[in-house]
Amino acid sequence: MRDRSLWTWHLAAGLVILVFLGLHMVIMHLEWTIPVSNPAGGEPEDWANVVWRMRSIFFAVTYAVLLGAALYHGFYGLRNVLFELNPGPGLRATINAGLWIVGLGLFGFGAYVALMAPRVAAAMGG
Amino acid sequence: MESRARSNRLGIWGWLGGGRWGYERYLYALHRLTGLGLLLYLLLHVFVTSARIFGPARWAKAMASVSGPLFTAGEFLVFAAFAFHAVNGIRLGLLELGFAVGRPIEPVYPYATSVGRQRPLAIAAMLIAAVLAIWGGYGFLLER
Repeated sequence: MRDRSLWTWHLAAGLVILVFLGLHMVIMHLEWTIPVSNPAGGEPEDWANVVWRMRSIFFAVTYAVLLGAALYHGFYGLRNVLFELNPGPGLRATINAGLWIVGLGLFGFGAYVALMAPRVAAAMGG
Repeated sequence: MESRARSNRLGIWGWLGGGRWGYERYLYALHRLTGLGLLLYLLLHVFVTSARIFGPARWAKAMASVSGPLFTAGEFLVFAAFAFHAVNGIRLGLLELGFAVGRPIEPVYPYATSVGRQRPLAIAAMLIAAVLAIWGGYGFLLER
């Protein structure tokens, strides 16, 4: 894929992050002024609130989408910084491969956790 | 044959220093720093929050491992970095699409530069980021 396409995806991922990370930040850190989804009251990281979000398909899907967008956006940004050091072709290929492998691995792990959460919450009686 | 490519002779200062480009160039450096910081936090966050699928005991243990004033201050820095990176990212997106750069004009003395035309947007963006950071920061103070 050419750099122009990668850059366009970088911008698109930024928009996705803006929406879903914005929502995440509101839920986790601005709930004292904008109560969105902490039905049990208390802190957003209290177990009752965590289970409530785990049960939600909306949160499962948006967490996975946010993770994918954030990993792509972050690793593409890191790649740009590293490429400014003017590495040779071999090192460029290694950086590309390394970032894809680490990124896909983290996405696989994180998406699995996010998408398994509703089933786990149901099994726990949440 | 000797390479004509210029090495990164300025080193770290070449990345972080504003030089004669001034204010917007420091925003560029800060955008990079906050981006790399947020990426590092994301990697840790993925593992810490994965504890939720192992039940309440593992969740409580994971939350206990990232509690205390030091982590609260760190979390605030993450929030402030997000506020800056998001608002500055919107500013960069607007500039890339051609907004707020002004129309092309004749180069008549005293010269107006595009950087000068962009300055109000940059200042407004930083004010919004600061308001968001203070808003979130007050929430962190309430949590203590």
